[in-house]
Amino acid sequence: MTSQAAQASPDTRDETPATASGRSIGSLVRRPETGALIGTVGVFIFFAIFGGKDFVTPGGASSWLNVAGELGIIAIPVGLLMISGELDLSVGSVVAASSMVLAIVSGFWGAPVIVGIALALALGAAVGLINGVIVTRTRVPSFIVTLATQFALAGLTLGFSRLLTSNVSVAIDAGEWGHLLLGQLIGHQFEVAIFWWAIVVVVVGWIVHVAKFGNWIFAIGGDLESARAAGIPTNRVKVALYIGTGLGAALVGVMETILYNSAQVAKGQSFVFNSIIAVVIGGVLLTGGYGSVFGIVLGTLTFSIVNQGIYYTGWNADWASLILGVLLLAAVLMNNTFRKMALSYSPSAPKAKKGRG
Amino acid sequence: MATTQAAPSTATPLLRLTDISMSFGSTQVLTDVSLEVNRGEVLCLLGDNGAGKSTLIKIMSGVYQPKSGTIEVDGKPVVFRSPRDTAAHGIATVHQFGGTFPLMTIGRSFFVGAEPEKGFWPLRRFDRRYANETAVREMRQLGITRVTDGDRLVGGLSGGERQALAIGRAVYFGASILILDEPTAALGVKEAAHVLRIVMGARAKGIAVVFITHQVTHALTVGDHFAVLIRGAKAADFRKGEKTREEITDLMAGGEAMAELEAELEAYENAHEGHVPQIG
Repeated sequence: MTSQAAQASPDTRDETPATASGRSIGSLVRRPETGALIGTVGVFIFFAIFGGKDFVTPGGASSWLNVAGELGIIAIPVGLLMISGELDLSVGSVVAASSMVLAIVSGFWGAPVIVGIALALALGAAVGLINGVIVTRTRVPSFIVTLATQFALAGLTLGFSRLLTSNVSVAIDAGEWGHLLLGQLIGHQFEVAIFWWAIVVVVVGWIVHVAKFGNWIFAIGGDLESARAAGIPTNRVKVALYIGTGLGAALVGVMETILYNSAQVAKGQSFVFNSIIAVVIGGVLLTGGYGSVFGIVLGTLTFSIVNQGIYYTGWNADWASLILGVLLLAAVLMNNTFRKMALSYSPSAPKAKKGRG
Repeated sequence: MATTQAAPSTATPLLRLTDISMSFGSTQVLTDVSLEVNRGEVLCLLGDNGAGKSTLIKIMSGVYQPKSGTIEVDGKPVVFRSPRDTAAHGIATVHQFGGTFPLMTIGRSFFVGAEPEKGFWPLRRFDRRYANETAVREMRQLGITRVTDGDRLVGGLSGGERQALAIGRAVYFGASILILDEPTAALGVKEAAHVLRIVMGARAKGIAVVFITHQVTHALTVGDHFAVLIRGAKAADFRKGEKTREEITDLMAGGEAMAELEAELEAYENAHEGHVPQIG
């Protein structure tokens, strides 16, 4: 299956010449992130108008980019899992647990920071492994499995934190290089998490949309039985994706801990639903088989802009969740519309042409 | 029986099922079903809903293991433990709605599990251009000319186009036994005719086709050999021209009315004993 590579022409662009006509509309409508892009641009313009001058300054941008950076690192792997047809609700507890592991090991016990970071990431990977193995072995819906690990891990984190430190928050100083790599504010405004997010986007984007592994994820989410029949190691792929979310959540836990020089047992619970909202706004189909990394990025940005933009409008910030709720529903409806258009689109049927929004 | 290599391929059925029985719990679903298909031959498996067709398909495609009975591929006994096993023996199953990944592009779904790659590790890339061109070409060879863009989503294809995509995929990856599960059931007259033509094409290539259907007209158009399943047992087994359309329809209808079934069946069987078969 690799030998065909040689005879393919070397260029990476993949225009099929026969379809040059109508291709631009077709390819735009067909992209899972078209709706998400409209959403992101829409909320940005909205808050640029109502948020006043401060919203469009670097300071304003940093406020939502910082939220997006941390959320994005979790939302990307959660989105991949969703494309493969599974959910992960345990990311909140992984953030808290990894955060406490780092703070206890390197702050409370005084071990080298690198050891604490390694153990925190290992914990994330281990939780992902456990989630993945339980989901693929027992066939219990992942909603239940990861809800269970979410609660179990929260309990473990609280229990061990009290047991070992008699406290629910532990201070830590990660030292100079620790802050430099994982917890600095660039220009006193932009969290370094934004750059880690960018790296995650590029690497995962490649794996999903350019390498062949991505095809497996879409196939598994599209039809698990057919994917298995086609020879894809479906269980191993799912376990790998769960390890991905565990690692993503652990990385965010580590970065928050280093940035704020402390860890709390109740940290990070908001990531559970925020990541799902970002992914769904980003055009990923909740039942699997459809979505894109770029869409998840846009969904994350949309979420973060609304989440932070409200503070610039001078309105009561209590309404932010209302806006997010409405936005979520609107985004899903719009994404459904675009998906239908993508399905019905064909060069000979120009009725799909009427782009909406 | 045909374990010797010397046996010509026409003598050894490519796929032979002998006395296959299957039950789920206390429910007997299949009872001693025996079938065989030769190369370049279409076996039509007829039966009404609930006759056991789906179970038989799942046994032939490795989803279920039969409770008893043997399966031979090209004269050699085989045990299918998974759909991958059957694929390794050259058996491909195409389901009613063809492409099973509606939200994937034509090129990507065509190569699921066997993705072509280009470039060098660690930057090996899915060769989308090659995948799209191959998928579109294979479909074109099956007479689907309306599809020119491999980036279109499978879910946007018509039922006939999806069947062509799925059959084209199976043939491309070297299937020698093609199991088609109700390929024409959801199609209009024109598209059904096209799919039947594709089936004839596969047959002409020497592929053994198992064509599952409840549409007698479609079966008669392409079939060489017919088997009727009623309540999990093979009620009739005959070759082209041995039974008329009306007779087959009546046979199948017998499966619906449980009480009349047995009597009706026997009546038909008896009616044909000692008679010259009518050429329909």
